[in-house]
Amino acid sequence: MTDVLDAYPQLLKGAWITVQLTLLGSALALVLALAFGLAGTARSAWVRALNRVYVEFFRGTATLVLMYWFFYALPLVGLRFTPMFAAVLSLGLNIGAYGAEVVRGSVRAVPRAQYEAAVALNLTPAQRMRRVILPQAVALMLPPFGNLVIELMKGSAIVSLITIGDLTFRAKQIQNSTGETLWTYVAILVLYFVIAQVLQLLVRLAERRVDRILGRRPGRARRRARAVAAEVGG
Amino acid sequence: MDWDWTYTGDILPDLLDGLRLTVTATVLGYLIAVVLGLVWTLLRRTPSRVVNGAVRWITEFIRSTPLLVQLFFIYYVLPTWGITLGALTAGIIGLGLHYSTYTAEVYRGGIADVPRGQWEAAVALNLPRPRVWFDVILPQAVRRVLPTLGNYLIAMFKDSPLLLAINVTELLAAAYKAGSHSLRFLEPITLVGVLFVLVSVVSSILVRLLETRTHATD
Repeated sequence: MTDVLDAYPQLLKGAWITVQLTLLGSALALVLALAFGLAGTARSAWVRALNRVYVEFFRGTATLVLMYWFFYALPLVGLRFTPMFAAVLSLGLNIGAYGAEVVRGSVRAVPRAQYEAAVALNLTPAQRMRRVILPQAVALMLPPFGNLVIELMKGSAIVSLITIGDLTFRAKQIQNSTGETLWTYVAILVLYFVIAQVLQLLVRLAERRVDRILGRRPGRARRRARAVAAEVGG
Repeated sequence: MDWDWTYTGDILPDLLDGLRLTVTATVLGYLIAVVLGLVWTLLRRTPSRVVNGAVRWITEFIRSTPLLVQLFFIYYVLPTWGITLGALTAGIIGLGLHYSTYTAEVYRGGIADVPRGQWEAAVALNLPRPRVWFDVILPQAVRRVLPTLGNYLIAMFKDSPLLLAINVTELLAAAYKAGSHSLRFLEPITLVGVLFVLVSVVSSILVRLLETRTHATD
């Protein structure tokens, strides 16, 4: 067990790469989810079809198959990616497809009256989306997004199979050099668990913040809203 | 490099062999997940606080750590305790165990959705505990969550390529092997991707049909 603990610089290096992959992958997934998710709520049938194709395709492929394809198959047609780029791309594309469904569902779950009110106030479509619809949709998106980030973090373990030195990769190295199979795997399982718990905590904080901004919990915003309502009503 | 159709035809039998293993692992793993998930859910409803808390942490731990590492654990650590498993068996157990924590959540939601009146009626009829569960609550709960359970079957199918890391020659591993013989990876891996998309899209359409049917009978 002490052999494994002595290898902590390696474990930390691996954990840092896992965290990097999680952050980069989530950033890519978020951009794709917003772009394709909003495309799914568009009026034009063609734009909506774009959303369907992206979602069905990337939800349907296994991330590992996609990663192997980027890493082993594409170089043969002249496209060469670094392992890190192939990893982030396949993780982001895959989780982005799930995220796009979340975005589409959340935007559609905002009550119809909100659209009508925004139209009645003569807001432009861009203002309507940015100031009225999205802030409310974001509150609905956050909990499922939190789950997706953890899925992405867990999914990132497969990058060890294309020679990226993440936590799982380091575990195999430490296992080979120390022969301490049990404690090596216990150590990295615990590390993964800790990373997941931290991510969960961050998401919960973000949820609370968004709720407060929207005045969904008794806070300053809601009191102000009530004061405004009283003035207008009175 | 152009797509070579003769080569594609040559490697197809190998890939289909791999697909057979993939399907075996997915189906058997799913059986474990469906049964074990129910066990987790029922254990969480026992009055003992110790059992309840232990099960909660165990499932949370399994759910928030990567399947790949769990597979390594089962394949490399268990033999040091005297339990030696074949690669495929280890893979099936790993898949089943990992997804059982997801199906447990699904069952929990389904049971919570059964109206209170059903419980009260069962108590009023003085039904013994096992009959309440197996004849009243579970049939209603499981019917509600069938589509969600179906989605996890698809998710498991898509996680099955991870088994190549513990030397199971499933679909992707078969493709990789075929590719490394000839150093042509484009055809085999593309083919695997296409197979995966086909199977997942078709099965998600089936799940959607199931969903409309469950809603219709409600």
